[in-house]
Amino acid sequence: MGVEYIVLMLLGFMLIAALIAVEADDLLSSVIAIGAAGFALSVVFLLLGAPDLAITQVVVETIALVLLIRLVVTRHDTTSEMPRDALRTGLVLLAGGLLLAGAFFAISGIGGKGAIPPFGEPVLGHKATDAVPPGVSADYLANSAEETGAANAVMAVLLDYRAYDTLGEATIIFVSILGTYAVLRRFGRRKKSQETEP
Amino acid sequence: MSQGMTPIVKNTARLVSGFIAVFGIYIALTGHISPGGGFAGGVILAASVVLIVLAFGRETAERIITPSQCHLWDAAGAGLFLAVALVGYFAGGFFVNFITPISKGQVGKLFSGGTILVSNLFILIKVAAGLAGAFLALAAFRRAGLPDGHPKEVC
Repeated sequence: MGVEYIVLMLLGFMLIAALIAVEADDLLSSVIAIGAAGFALSVVFLLLGAPDLAITQVVVETIALVLLIRLVVTRHDTTSEMPRDALRTGLVLLAGGLLLAGAFFAISGIGGKGAIPPFGEPVLGHKATDAVPPGVSADYLANSAEETGAANAVMAVLLDYRAYDTLGEATIIFVSILGTYAVLRRFGRRKKSQETEP
Repeated sequence: MSQGMTPIVKNTARLVSGFIAVFGIYIALTGHISPGGGFAGGVILAASVVLIVLAFGRETAERIITPSQCHLWDAAGAGLFLAVALVGYFAGGFFVNFITPISKGQVGKLFSGGTILVSNLFILIKVAAGLAGAFLALAAFRRAGLPDGHPKEVC
């Protein structure tokens, strides 16, 4: 029970950090507020029992923070150029939150009980009832060491049972890095017809 | 003017970057027995390159790995990961773990898990080279795009 309150406190902290990131006038302050939100998210992952995710989140957040700070510091003028309208931002955020809350209650109303499982009872881990067969996670936990030889059940799911998804993720990273190279290359390519013109 | 940061930062980076790289490889290779995995390990390995770029400047870092080598390793990691998936067809299907039935190893030791260990290694190569190459490209972009620089150097 205690963990839930710490998670709720951290979620509030992340909300405040995100608001500061949106509303701060200085770009460097925004970047640091984003970093604070990301590190709080990694602590949330750790408290919810997902050390794999927590490690990845900490590492990616550090690299992203270093990159963003470096890019911001090289600008001479770090103040934001966007016009600010706090009332409009607040109204948009409020409308978005109301929409999400309405959607949450609507979906759990449509599907009856069990459409959105309560906190701490994941979808794949539910017990068998007369209507639904048992979730698949108990099966993974019981058999992954025997079937794949990996002691870490998370890695057994990621790279053996569901390796096809991981291949998709790897493709996404590959394509995004390719896009980065294409945007950031130093020498552009010209068509032959343009070269002949002065 | 010399490239990079102050001597304090340079010496610390020289001491620490090797340990960071080894830790990244360790996180990736023991992904199947403890939390971690190829992606986190690759990002840590790229972080050591990022540290060297920040502390010593891009020219020194390119003596260790050049952007074209980064592209090569990136593509090689992606291709080898796909090859692991395709070799599974010889054992029955896409991404079938073909090493575990032959030699299972001891659960909890380093040599266990079959293709999981191999896939983690290839993802490590892919992610580390990709992120390091992207950071090197950004460093080059920053040099060319300085607002008070000489625009004629930019081709």
